Amino acid sequence: MDDHLLVIFPHPDDEAFGVSGTIAQHTKKGLPVTYICLTLGQMGRNMGNPPFATRESLPLIRQKELKDACDAVGIQDLRQFGLRDKTVEFEDEKFLADQFLAVIDEVKPTRLITFYPGYSVHPDHEATARAVVRAVGSMPEMDRPELLCVAFAKNSEEDLGAPHVVTDISDVFEEKMNCIKAHRSQTQWLVDSVDKDPAMLAWVKNERFWRYPL
Amino acid sequence: MQLIQTNEVQKTLDQLIGKELYLHLETTNGAYANHNNESVLTVNAYIRNGKVTPLSGKIMGNGPYRVGLKIELGWIYAEGLTHWEIDSEGRLLMAGHDAEGRLAVALQLSSSPFDV
Repeated sequence: MDDHLLVIFPHPDDEAFGVSGTIAQHTKKGLPVTYICLTLGQMGRNMGNPPFATRESLPLIRQKELKDACDAVGIQDLRQFGLRDKTVEFEDEKFLADQFLAVIDEVKPTRLITFYPGYSVHPDHEATARAVVRAVGSMPEMDRPELLCVAFAKNSEEDLGAPHVVTDISDVFEEKMNCIKAHRSQTQWLVDSVDKDPAMLAWVKNERFWRYPL
Repeated sequence: MQLIQTNEVQKTLDQLIGKELYLHLETTNGAYANHNNESVLTVNAYIRNGKVTPLSGKIMGNGPYRVGLKIELGWIYAEGLTHWEIDSEGRLLMAGHDAEGRLAVALQLSSSPFDV
C-alpha cells in the first residue's frame, strides 16, 4: 500500500508555514499527498499598499495562489470543499466529518495532518480540527491514520509538552519557500522576515507536530 | 483600487439612490488580533448580501472618509474608508486600509448579489 499523506486545512496558506516541507519530502519520494482545503480565504485582510486586491477579487487571486503552492511542493490531488472563510464553525460538524471520512475511505492515508483542537487560534482552524478528530475517532482503531496536529497557540508547549515529531526540512527548503511565496498576497511579510530574522529561518526549517490522543 | 476622490464617490452614490441593492458591510481587526496582542479584542463582523434601498447617501470627512446611507428603517454607516473603485461588474467597492495594506473596513454596493 502507498504511504498516502492527507492534509486538511481551512485556508489556502495554512499548509505553507508549518507543513509544506513535510509535504515536499513526501512527494519527492514519489508518494501521494491529498490536500483538502475548505475555503478560499475570502476574508483575508492583506490587500497591499497600494492595494492589489479588493474584497471581491481576493478569492480569485487566492485560488491561483493555492494552485501554484500545490505545484511548488508536488501536490497533485487538491480537493476544495467550497466553504466560506470564517463560517466553518457554523457548518454541521457531523456533515463535515462525514465528508472527511469519504476521502479517508478513498485514499486510505497512513498519516493525516491538521490543526490541534484547542491550540490553533483561528475559529476555522478549531472547527476543522474538531471535525477531523470526530471523523478519525469514529473509525475502527486499526484503520485509523496516524493523526499529527499543528499547534501554535501561546500555551501549546506548556499544556501539550514538547512536540512529538520535529522534522528538519532543510533538504526541501527551496520547495517550502516557493510554497510560502506562492501565497504572496498573504505571506509577503513572512518572506521578508525569513530573509532578515535568523530565528524565523530556524523556525521555518523545522516542522513541529503533536500526536492527538484519540 | 484608488485613493478616494470624494466628488467621484458622491456622484456614484447619487446614482444608487432609490435602487434595490445588495450590501457587503464589514469591519475587521484580524482573526489574530488578540493572539498578536493580548490587550486587543479580536473584533470582526460582516453582512454579505443584505438587501437595501438607500434613500440618501453622503461621503464626509477629510480622509479617511465616512459614508452614511439612509434606508427606510435606519442607517448604514462606515468610517475609515481610504480607497474605492467601480469594479469590472459595475459594483461600488469602498474600503479602508491601514498603512500595512490590511483591510479594516469595507462598504460595497451591487445591483446583483455578491458571490458567496
